[in-house]
Amino acid sequence: MIINKKIAVSETGFIFNPATGDSYSMNPIATEILEMLKKDMSEEEIKNFLLEKYDVNKSVLQKSYDEFIDTLIKLNIIE
Amino acid sequence: MKKLNFERPIIKKLNVGPSHKFGLKTEFEPLTHIDEISVKDMLSEYGSPLFIISEKSIRKTYAEAKRAFETRYPKVQFAWSYKTNYLNAVCNVFHKEGSWAEVVSRFEYDKAVDNGVDGNKIIFNGPEKTEDDLNLAVENGSLIHIDHFDELYTLIEIAQKHKKKPKVAIRVNMDTGIYPMWDRFGFNYENGEAWEAVNRIMMSNKLDLVGLHTHIGTFIMTASAYAIAASKLADLAVNLRRKYNHNLNYIDIGGGFASRNTLKGSYLLGIDTSPAFDDYAEAITTSLINSQLDPENMPMLILETGRALIDDAGSLAGTVIANKKLSDGRHATIVNFGVNLLFTAFWYEHKITPAQEFSQHSETTSLFGPLCMNIDQIRESIYLPALKKGDNVVVSRIGAYNMTQWMQFITLRPNVVMIDTKQNVHVIRQNETNKDITGLESVPEHLKLK
Ligand SMILES: Cc1ncc(COP(=O)(O)O)c(C=O)c1O
Repeated sequence: MIINKKIAVSETGFIFNPATGDSYSMNPIATEILEMLKKDMSEEEIKNFLLEKYDVNKSVLQKSYDEFIDTLIKLNIIE
Repeated sequence: MKKLNFERPIIKKLNVGPSHKFGLKTEFEPLTHIDEISVKDMLSEYGSPLFIISEKSIRKTYAEAKRAFETRYPKVQFAWSYKTNYLNAVCNVFHKEGSWAEVVSRFEYDKAVDNGVDGNKIIFNGPEKTEDDLNLAVENGSLIHIDHFDELYTLIEIAQKHKKKPKVAIRVNMDTGIYPMWDRFGFNYENGEAWEAVNRIMMSNKLDLVGLHTHIGTFIMTASAYAIAASKLADLAVNLRRKYNHNLNYIDIGGGFASRNTLKGSYLLGIDTSPAFDDYAEAITTSLINSQLDPENMPMLILETGRALIDDAGSLAGTVIANKKLSDGRHATIVNFGVNLLFTAFWYEHKITPAQEFSQHSETTSLFGPLCMNIDQIRESIYLPALKKGDNVVVSRIGAYNMTQWMQFITLRPNVVMIDTKQNVHVIRQNETNKDITGLESVPEHLKLK
């Protein structure tokens, strides 16, 4: 899973895709996940990190994570 | 170290250009407390979903309405419209505030009597009153509002058997410029039927005509419609005095004031557009005061205001069950209350607020209930922070019609609590058990399995 190189991501969760002119905003957890993806962390590593930090159980996290990744793929932000 | 609150990760496209209908965020603050009592604490103690009624809010709204009318007119009387919310505790808050009772069925009539309302302070409306009902109402000196000629003739017959003259009013329907016109109930003003009914009552000499009544519709957004209604009833009263030298005790203008909810399909929020009590009061009282009514004998003004007095006081708290993606890509959130408990979801774009802290990032979602039915939609489209399973939400302004029109469909009704003015929480209707429902059934011997 790699982030589309052309895409600009700010720390505040603002994303700009120069190819399409579209911009997006993310909530803090989404921003955090994208940061980790950028650092080439694996899904396992990302999830473990989140489980440590947040009050959330594994199944809720898994589902939220899958849904988010799915959306990122649809939006061509990761490929 | 305490772990942080988890919010589902979301990403949302930013729209450049004018914001659309749902582009405005509905709520900026979570609703964690009602009357300073924690919503989450109440949910864990009394179960989810949970109806919560604020006594403080009822009394505050009632005081506002009362002030609006009493500062403009000498004699004002509210009569609590039982059908709007007939949980006894709710009715009794209104009765303690001085409200009479307005009922439309024997079930409601008996409830009012059991609540301790004097017979002569019960207004009996509605098209269906059996002879038995009418006899009881006459005996108790209740105010019987006649709906049609069949009832009028029945009542004249019944009157012969009683020592007391039945106290009656007629319900009048009329054109006030409001669509749809509620012409199913009562006698029509424009075609002369109402005047005819008045004459029949006066000629019969068997009934004591004490008032005139109308109820022009519900959620009326134009106060001026009430000015028309009041002036038409005043006209009838003036003609009655001219012909029979008979003064009426009261004019009952019914209910129908809009609450601060937002009607479906409306682009503007109800809180900004619904007329205030002052607007309705100004229209009605100006119309009565400027009429030809005898200033020495002004009739009492009765109001049967329902939803505008109770909507704000009721909330429904519940829990998120799941998140889903619909086939067309829309996001959906499933909560544990459906249209079985929230009948008014068919009319209103309800205000729904998370009961826990959230970030300022939101998404558009469809909110569905748990019923296995397609119509079970609470909000077709609502802008909410990312909610996850187990999060809580509060639906506001649901005090009217839900606790009377709720359906016992595939599940049981939950607890209803009232927070009193000293912040004590009371269960005012217990959650149902299977036995409450199936206890009424019986299975013929030959169909029994065990
Ligand atoms: C006769 C009568 N009075 C009062 C009401 C209460 O109306 P609302 O809740 O619109 O104020 C109704 C409601 O339908 C009614 O039929």
